[in-house]
Order: sequence, then C-alpha cells, then structure tokens
Amino acid sequence: MTHPLLSVEALTMRFGGLTAVDALSFEARAGEITAVIGPNGAGKTTVFNCITGFYRPTEGALRLTHASGATYPLASMAGHLITRRAQVARTFQNIRLFAGMTVLENLLVAQHNTLMPNVANGLLAVFGLGGHRRAERAAIEKAKLWMEAIGLTDRADDPAGSLPYGDQRRLEIARAMCTDPVLLCLDEPAAGLNPRESDDLSSLLMRIRDGRDVAGRCSLLLIEHDMGVVMRISDHVVVLDHGRKISDGTPEQVRADPHVIAAYLGEGDEGDDAVTEAAL
Amino acid sequence: MAYALQQLINGLTLGMIYGLIAVGYTMVYGIIGMINFAHGDIFMVGAFLSLISLTVLSGLGITSVPLALALTLVFAAGIAGLYGWTVERVAYRPLRGSFRLAPLISAIGMSIVLQNFVQVSQGARVKPMPEMLPGGIKLLTEDNFAVQLSWMQIAITIVTLLLLVAFTYLVTRTPLGRAMRACEQDQKMAGLLGIDTDRTISITFVIGAALAAVAGLMFLLYYGVIDFYIGFIAGVKAFTAAVLGGIGSLPGAVLGGLAIGLIETFWSAYFSVQYKDVAAFSILVLVLIFMPTGLLGRADVEKV
Amino acid sequence: MLRDAAVSAVIAFGLFGAMIGLKTEVGVQTIELTPRPYLVLAAVVLVFFGRLALLAWKKSRPAGTPKRGRITAVANKAGRYLTPVVLVLTITLPFYAERYYVDLGVLVLTYVMLGWGLNIVVGLAGLLDLGYVAFYAVGAYSYALIAQNFGLGFWTCLPLAGILAAFWGVLLGFPVLRLRGDYLAIVTLAFGEIIRVVILNWTSLTGGPNGLSGIPRPTLFGLVFNSSGGEGSFAEFFGIEPNISQRGIFLFYVILGLALLTNWVSLRLRRLPLGRAWEALREDEIACRALGIDVTVTKLTAFAMGACFAGFAGAFFATRQAFISPESFTFIESAIVLAIVVLGGLGSQIGVALAAVVMIGGGELFRDFQEYRMLIFGGALVIMMVVRPRGLVSGRTPSVSLGDKRHISADMMTEGHG
Repeated sequence: MTHPLLSVEALTMRFGGLTAVDALSFEARAGEITAVIGPNGAGKTTVFNCITGFYRPTEGALRLTHASGATYPLASMAGHLITRRAQVARTFQNIRLFAGMTVLENLLVAQHNTLMPNVANGLLAVFGLGGHRRAERAAIEKAKLWMEAIGLTDRADDPAGSLPYGDQRRLEIARAMCTDPVLLCLDEPAAGLNPRESDDLSSLLMRIRDGRDVAGRCSLLLIEHDMGVVMRISDHVVVLDHGRKISDGTPEQVRADPHVIAAYLGEGDEGDDAVTEAAL
Repeated sequence: MAYALQQLINGLTLGMIYGLIAVGYTMVYGIIGMINFAHGDIFMVGAFLSLISLTVLSGLGITSVPLALALTLVFAAGIAGLYGWTVERVAYRPLRGSFRLAPLISAIGMSIVLQNFVQVSQGARVKPMPEMLPGGIKLLTEDNFAVQLSWMQIAITIVTLLLLVAFTYLVTRTPLGRAMRACEQDQKMAGLLGIDTDRTISITFVIGAALAAVAGLMFLLYYGVIDFYIGFIAGVKAFTAAVLGGIGSLPGAVLGGLAIGLIETFWSAYFSVQYKDVAAFSILVLVLIFMPTGLLGRADVEKV
Repeated sequence: MLRDAAVSAVIAFGLFGAMIGLKTEVGVQTIELTPRPYLVLAAVVLVFFGRLALLAWKKSRPAGTPKRGRITAVANKAGRYLTPVVLVLTITLPFYAERYYVDLGVLVLTYVMLGWGLNIVVGLAGLLDLGYVAFYAVGAYSYALIAQNFGLGFWTCLPLAGILAAFWGVLLGFPVLRLRGDYLAIVTLAFGEIIRVVILNWTSLTGGPNGLSGIPRPTLFGLVFNSSGGEGSFAEFFGIEPNISQRGIFLFYVILGLALLTNWVSLRLRRLPLGRAWEALREDEIACRALGIDVTVTKLTAFAMGACFAGFAGAFFATRQAFISPESFTFIESAIVLAIVVLGGLGSQIGVALAAVVMIGGGELFRDFQEYRMLIFGGALVIMMVVRPRGLVSGRTPSVSLGDKRHISADMMTEGHG
C-alpha cells in the first residue's frame, strides 16, 4: 500500500504581491505519515488550505488517488466535495469544535453525508421515513467506537467546549475520522499539549495509520512544530522555507540535511521552543 | 443633453448628502465592526434640530442667511454628536464582547426609539421649510430647458468638501486619528499600548453623528420637507453607499455616496420614481453578492 | 453618585432641550414653535433620579453575582412543567375567555408561529434574517391572488402559499447566503423592502396601497362561518344558533394547529441530521465545510423552511383579515418577530412562545398609549439586550445522548460567522 496518494505538482499560491507557496512539489504515499515542517511563515498552512479547498491555488495541480485508482483534482473541487468525494479530512490549528454541542453530537455531525445523502431524504426523515433510524443507530455505534479510541466515552454528553484542551484536540481528530477519510490533514495537532498528551497523540496517530485499535484507518499529512513528535512518528518529512521545498526524505535524512539546519538556525530560536509558536 | 446635465448636478448634490451619512457608517463599522442601525435616525434627528434652530434664529430676528446657517450647523452637529455619544454609551457599550446578534438588535431598538421619540415630541406631520437660498446660476439653456446650478447646491458642495478635507486631516494627521486607526486594526492591542479605546470609540460616534447632522441640515434645506421617517430610507441608502465604496474606507464612502446619488437621480428621471428605492436596494444586493469588498475596500482573505 | 446623576441630567438637558422643549408646528405660512419648558424639566428630573436609582441599585448588588445561571436553571426546569400547563390553557381558551381574548389569542398565536418559523433560521441555523416579513407577505398575497383569480379555497391554497414562500426563500437566499452575519441582515432587509415596494406599486396585480379585499374565509370541511346561518353553514349543520364568534373560535384553532405544526416540525428536525447540521453551522461554518457538509444547501433548507412557515402564517393572516395591504408588511414587523425570537432565547421553543405573549399581549396593554407603544417597544429591546442578551430561556438541550440529557448553558455556545 505505497502508491502515491497525494501528489502536489508545482503548487503556487500568491496573495496580492506576496508569494506564500512557490512551485512546491511533493508526494504523500498511502499508509504513511507525511509531515510538512518549516519555520514560521514557510507557507505550511497555506499548502493545507489549498489541499482542503479553503484556498484556490494560483497555479499548479493537486491530485489525490484512491486505492481504487480513482483520481481527484483537488485544486478545482468545491470545498465540501473534497471531504465528501475525495475523502480528505482536516483539523485546524485553532481547534474548531462545535463548542455548544456534545461530544456525541460533534461526532454525528461529521457523519452528516452518510446520514443524509440528500435534502429530500433529510426532509422525509421528519415523518420517520427514509430508513433514517437505522442509519442513526449505526452512526451512534461508530461514534461510540471513536469515543472509546480517544478515551472520552464517559464525557459523551458533555459539551465539547467544556473539555480540557488535550481532549478537544483528540476529539477534533476523531470527528475528522468520522468522515471516513483516506487522507487526514492535521494542522499542528500537538500545539499546546504537554509531553504526556503529546505522547498519547503520537500513539493515536500511529494507530490511525496502522488501523490498530481504532475504528478507521487512513494516511496522514501533518504540519507540526514539535520535532519530537515529527521525528518519532513520521515516515516521510517535507521541509519548507519561504514557500519552497528545501528538503524531502526520511526523518533521518532530513535531520542531517545542511539546508534544513541552515534554515532553522537562520531563523533563530526555532526548534527548541517551537511548540509555543502559535501562528504560522 | 441639458436635461441629463441637470440630473448630473442634482445627483451629485444628493450624493454629497449620502456620502456624509455614509462616512459615519463606515467609521463605526471600521472601528467596532457593527452596523450602527440608528445612524440614519441620528441624521433625521439632525434635520429636526436644524429645523428648530433655523426657526428660533429667524424668530430672534437674525436675517443674515450665512450666519443663521453657520449657527445652525454648529448647533445641530453639537447636539447630534451628543445623541451619538448617548446612543453608544447606552445601547452599544454595555454589549461590547457580547454575542454577535446583541448589538445589532440593540441598534434596531435604538433606531425605533429615536424615530418614535421624534414622532412623539415633534408630531407625525410632515414639516415644510421655506426656501432659504433661492435662485442660482443659469449654466446654459437648450430648447427652453435651463440648466440651473442653485446656490443651495453650491453651498452643499462647498460645505461637504470642506468637512471632508477637515475630516481627512483629522484621521490621517492627528493623534486622535492615529488612535482611531489603531483601534480599527486591533482594539485589544491598542488598549494595551495605552490608547483609551472607550474614549476613541465614543469620539468616533460623536464625529459620525455630527457629520450625519450636517447631512440632515442639507437634506432639510435641499428638499424643504422632513418627517420622522426619513432616517430609515436614507440610512439604508447611505449604508449601501458605504458598502459600494468599500466598508471601512473613507474616500470610498464619499465615492459610494456620489454613485448612489447619481444612480437614484437618473433612475428617477429616466425610469420610474416609484421604484427609486428599489434601485438603491438592488444595488446593495448586487454589490454585496458580486463585489463584497466594494470599490476601494481591502480584499479580505478568510482566516482558517 | 450625585455628581454622576447631575452630569446625566445635564446631558439629558442637551438631548431634550430643543427636541422636547420646542415643538415645531406647521403654521399658515411658516413653521411656528411652541415652547414646552415644563416637559423638558420633567424629562431632566426623570433622568436625574433614574440614574441615581440605577447607580444605587448597582452599588447595593454585590459585584459578579453568578445569578444568571440559577435563573436559567430554574426557568428550564419550570419550562418542563410549564409547557403542558400552557398548552392546556391555550387549547381551552375559547371555553372560558371572552371573544376579545380569543381574538387576541389568534393574534398572539400568529406571532408565536412566525417566531417559531424564524427561530429555525436565526435560532438554529444562526442566519440573521431582517426581511422575514417578505415571506409573510408572499404567503398572504399568494393566497389572496390565487383565491381571487382561480377560486380555490383556503385549505387548497395553504400549502401553495407555503411552497411559494419557500420558493422565494430559495430564490432570494441562494445568492446571498454566503454573506457574513451583518451583511446578510442588511441584504435580507433590502429584500424585504424591495418586495414591499413592488407590492405597493404593482397596482394592476396587487391593488397597490389600497390592497386586496374580499379574500375568502376558511371553511370547515366546506362548512362556512357567518352571522346569518343558512344553507351550508356551520351553524345550520350542527343545528346551533349562528354567531360570529364561532368563526373567531374556528380561526383560533386553525392558527393553533398551524403553530403546533411549526413547533412539531422544528422540534423533530432538530433531532435529525439536517437540524444538527443547522446548529453546527451556527457554531462554526468553517468546521462544517471541512466535514463535507454542503454549507449553501444546508443554509438554503433552513431559509426555505422558515420562509415556508411564514407563508403559511401569511395565508392565515389574509384569510383572517379578509383584507391585506402593503402596510401590514413593513420592516417593523420583521423587527417585532426577530425581537420575539431573541427575547425568547435563540433556539428555545417555549421561550419564543412566552416572548410572543409578553410582546404582543403586552403591546395590547399599551393600546391606549398608541403613540408611545413603539417608543416603549424600542426601549424594551435595548434594555433586554443590555440586561439579558441571551433571552428569557437560553442554552440548549442536546439533540441526542447516551445517558441523561443535560442542559447546555448559553455561555458554552458560540456563533460562527454565518
């Protein structure tokens, strides 16, 4: 299972006169965890926003290939279809949970498209038609499995906004997984976590990659500042600086690459306390 | 041709009035990010204050028109500024940081209060006003149609331009203007840097209200009739002007005002007077759909 | 404290001195002024003591009382027992109340229905709609025109009116629903005004400012209600004395039924994927998009659903009045319905019903002060927002749960940018 899942080809994104991403090309392979790293302002989140349809790239192509061989041109697809058809899910740097809704509800909203294939079906359900009840039971079962996987079963009926920070991060990942993705994009999942929580997160991500003890399995693409996490779990690392790729390879190769060292040292205090750097 | 030229003059004059009101919308939106729904009604209050002042002055035997107008301008702008301050203090400040809909609904309430306060205190009847500056310059005559530039139109244009120059100076060159722009960028940060944000916001409301009151005086002089309901329609049109020009941009507000004034005048002259409000509202809808940043607004990249 | 109050009094003098003190009267040739110094004095004194009282009250109250949460909890608990009581009292109203109260009940229930309809749009989906009255107008005019031109009865036209209103909702909503909160509000307001101005000026179709009259009354399975009885009337069929109040009672049950239908549908939808998506949209639109939810379609369904119920209410309004004119569909109606929704607490069904009773019923109390009614209404809106921005009954109950359903307080809830 190592066919190229996502291929980014000559991706360029300009905002006015500013070139945030400049002719970037890389591949993420199926069944792997690919990390995109780089100093602040390197264009990592912009790449993510292009992949997940929040920005439309100025130039370049983004192609996603399913195991079935079907390909999807992400750069020209509507945002919600990227999740729905191409099955790319994402989380956000600043957690975006539905804070006033319960943990369970958050996980059910993520299964919206399974529960409600179309509007007519959604309206028929008002009168108890359209096989809704069975679908809802299945959705709750799936939500339960994920709550178990992230250890939040006893908090199922609590509003998501009342959870501790680390739990919110894990819930957001579980919620994204409920959309049945083939590729999960994580924007700084370890930001703001303490070392223990970061360890838990690493193991959760690896379990998702391998499909161990969780209800789903998919490849991962992550932006991360916490080098500990990146080096421990990544199969493949892409390093960006000023919108360009400066290195690409296994964690060991990247760590030894003089370009990478120069980029990080040149930027100053990256690396050690990069976790605290909030903004990209 | 002559007819069109006359419409152009009329449209630009009307546009000046809308532009002055629009500046208030755009400033308030820029600084606290809310639509000050009561702004149109402050304009209406300004028109009433002007009417009262002019009547008092003529009762006192002041016959010099420029003097009467100057005194009225100061009086109406001052008191309307006080209204603006009070509205902000009573209806908006306690709601800062509250949930999204609260200030808007409070603003709608304030608008209803102002309208009905004027209706109760001044009566619901339409108030006419004798013409103060009759006559004008005949520019040209064509087929018995004389293109006239009235003294009133000249006065409105001059006053508007002077005010805008003064106002631009205030915003770009003074410490107060700098404080306002800082609050617009980041209120919390401006506060941490020692800017009194409450005071800055209050002053923004006062200035916006004063400009609206000047627009009210001009409306009164130009049309010669006012009632307590003029604020609603004029307010929506001025808001349209602000959006068309690019909300947050001061030159944009004036430009948008002129555009709306022209569109409305030409629409009434060549198509239909009954549907002139529809024209303005439709423009609002079209601009928001197709050009949400307006003519001079900054592009807003969605933060994810 | 005295100084503060004195400053307030000075400001009040500035505000009211000219506006209240000098009343402009239209004279023969010019404008004349009537001085009213005592009224100004009264207003200034009122502000002085009002401010003093407010400051004293604030001082007497210990700072930072977490009272709000308790009130909400009590209100929510009471709500559970209150609902059946209110329902029974409402259903039996025509049996114990005079005709005046039955008619008032019809009016209040119309607003309850409108409030519940708008609650779908504003309360659940978080879309601020200031032109809701447009769909009410579409419903009313649809029924009146179809009934007059094609001779169809109320019960045939009712669904048509709803469908037409929903259709207009989709039509108007489609281009504008991607706008952010305030912009959406102002565009919907513009739409409301456009529809009103068109109705006002399209005289050949709508009768313009004169409106449409002679709109057919509703029948009960073909039985008509009138004061003279006769062939095919309700009174004749049941062999009772014909009385015009029978029609009032019938209308009361029609609108009660319609309102309850609105309530049932919205409660039901809330527990379904569609309703959950609406609430998710209110919480965070960007997250919804990232979860593959088609944001536009979801917003449109909420908009159309709200419009549909406004259409039903409009058709009912037309049949009750037998006369409609553009005057009934001004912006202020939209503001009143929105105020009911917000006062009731966004998303809360019982809250909206109570708010409609307070606002419309309360408005009737001020009937004798016609002039001051709207002044008080506007003031009440401002005070409500300042004192209790989340409305009477705030927060939400989860739509689904594994264990006990626990109430979620409003502080938890967020609004996105929809």
